[in-house]
Amino acid sequence: MLELANIRKAFNQGQHNEYWALKGIDLEIPPARVNVLKGPSGSGKTTLLTILGCLARPTEGRVRLKGEDISGLPERFLTEIRRSTFGFIFQQFNLVRGLSAIENIILPGYPTGTPRARLVERAEALLADMQLSHRRDAKVEWLSGGEQQRVAICRALINDPEILVADEPTANLDSKLSAEFLAILRRLAEAGRTVILTSHDPLVVESEVVDRVYSLRDGQLIEVVDTRRAWP
Amino acid sequence: MNRWIEKQRHLIDFTASSLARRKGKSLGLLVVYTLLVFVLASVSLYTHALRNEATRVLAGTPEVVLQRLIAGRHDLIPPGYIEKIGRVRGVQKIEGRLWGYYYDSVLKANYTFMVPSDRRIAEGEIVVGPALERSRGLAEGNGISFRAYSGELHTFIVSEVLAHESELVNADLVLMSEADFRRFFAYPDGHYTDIALWVANPQEVRNVGLKLINALPDSRPILREEVLRTYASIFDWREGMMLALLSAAILAFGIFAWEKAAGLSAEEKREIGILKAIGWETGDVIAMKFWEGFLVSLLAFLLGYVAAYVHVFHFEFALFAPVLQGWAVLYPSFALTPKIDGLQVATLFVFSVLPYTAATLVPIWRAATTDPDTVMRS
Repeated sequence: MLELANIRKAFNQGQHNEYWALKGIDLEIPPARVNVLKGPSGSGKTTLLTILGCLARPTEGRVRLKGEDISGLPERFLTEIRRSTFGFIFQQFNLVRGLSAIENIILPGYPTGTPRARLVERAEALLADMQLSHRRDAKVEWLSGGEQQRVAICRALINDPEILVADEPTANLDSKLSAEFLAILRRLAEAGRTVILTSHDPLVVESEVVDRVYSLRDGQLIEVVDTRRAWP
Repeated sequence: MNRWIEKQRHLIDFTASSLARRKGKSLGLLVVYTLLVFVLASVSLYTHALRNEATRVLAGTPEVVLQRLIAGRHDLIPPGYIEKIGRVRGVQKIEGRLWGYYYDSVLKANYTFMVPSDRRIAEGEIVVGPALERSRGLAEGNGISFRAYSGELHTFIVSEVLAHESELVNADLVLMSEADFRRFFAYPDGHYTDIALWVANPQEVRNVGLKLINALPDSRPILREEVLRTYASIFDWREGMMLALLSAAILAFGIFAWEKAAGLSAEEKREIGILKAIGWETGDVIAMKFWEGFLVSLLAFLLGYVAAYVHVFHFEFALFAPVLQGWAVLYPSFALTPKIDGLQVATLFVFSVLPYTAATLVPIWRAATTDPDTVMRS
């Protein structure tokens, strides 16, 4: 699905404070699986996630999506890929305050020019799936943490992406809500979506929902462990 | 194409909800910008309508007015002059006019006394301008006495009050019969204040003027086009002065609006980051902000222009009128004929909507081109 070849990423390149966050990563993300990037703070997992999700470009190396090299594409095309292929869930949820749950969910659909009625219909179906229909018109700042995260998941799914990217998704959730979130991830993977998340939460890393764990340290991939399901 | 339109509709929707979410800032901006447009539009609508009014009123006046000068001062036209002009070719109609000024010590104002050529007024009667009607409380059938310069008191009956339409130039007018005029001012028989000439061919007006100077070297022909030009320049000058006086306020308003429009709050920056991360292109964010600037300034433009229109044509330009209007000592009070000039509207539109829209785009450009991954780290 996604392949990285010798990915290196530098910040402040050429300056006195130049810093290499990733130092040559090779990995392959299989489709329809739950993948976790784990590692301590500063290990480079968020940087790696931004490259996997086409939010940032590597300084060196190649990114291939379904066999096609996308690392050299201009920003416009990269945005198009990001919009159609990836859905994002952020640690702080990053919902737009002042807008209702449904308005937040349909936001990624705006640039596609999809008619509003269709976007709303899709959003309502997602809300129903997340058992959140009753909060449809509530402003997001009035929602609980768990509800906000489910709205963020709906928003990530509105453009029907193949890959779901989540950065520390359980960092702001208690154990019960984390377990619910993992159950949602399992359903998504079973429905054929690829999930990539960063986490250092043992509840996530050791969950039976997770198929593969990539361990990072100091910008390098030190271990890849297949966990739950039998691999083809 | 449909997708493009749908996308713009989404962006406008989002913009409208953004503006609603930031009510304080949006309303403040709208009010300030509306005021700015209101002031500029009021001044330009008013001077434009005033110029039109003057042109309209002067359209019926003679092409040339001939005055006699002695030592560079205006003097009476002696008998025999009208006959001499009768021989100048191109002149269609000649008329000796009688008019003069009268100082009314009651109101401490000057009136213009005049003998009309196009109507007959019975002896002992007068027709007065609307300003006199107002300030002296005159109505048809009322009597009024004026003390002549000789000290003699003359009483007249008001037979009519002039129409308000042309009050711009007839506010202080008093029309009377020739016999009354001559008696009141002790005006010698056969003498006139000046001579009005109508020239059939507009191309000939200048030539007639030259011929008059040759035939009557002690006289000065005043062409209507020169009068119009003078009025136009007076209005232009007044407009310029008014704008100069207001420029400091306009500038302050402008800077305020620019700063408000150009500044991006932390919340707005955060929102832009989110939008980019969830798949909005830089162009989408800029288009969204373009709509925001365009909608605010367009609304301000429409509100300001309509308010200015009402101010000028329904409330008689109450706020700035004393600076801009009237050359009669008694201030004319009049409703201008509504007149809108397309070019003027377009100019005001360009100078109000475009800079504001640009002001909203500049900071957005910087914010929108930041990498979408920054939101991941916020």
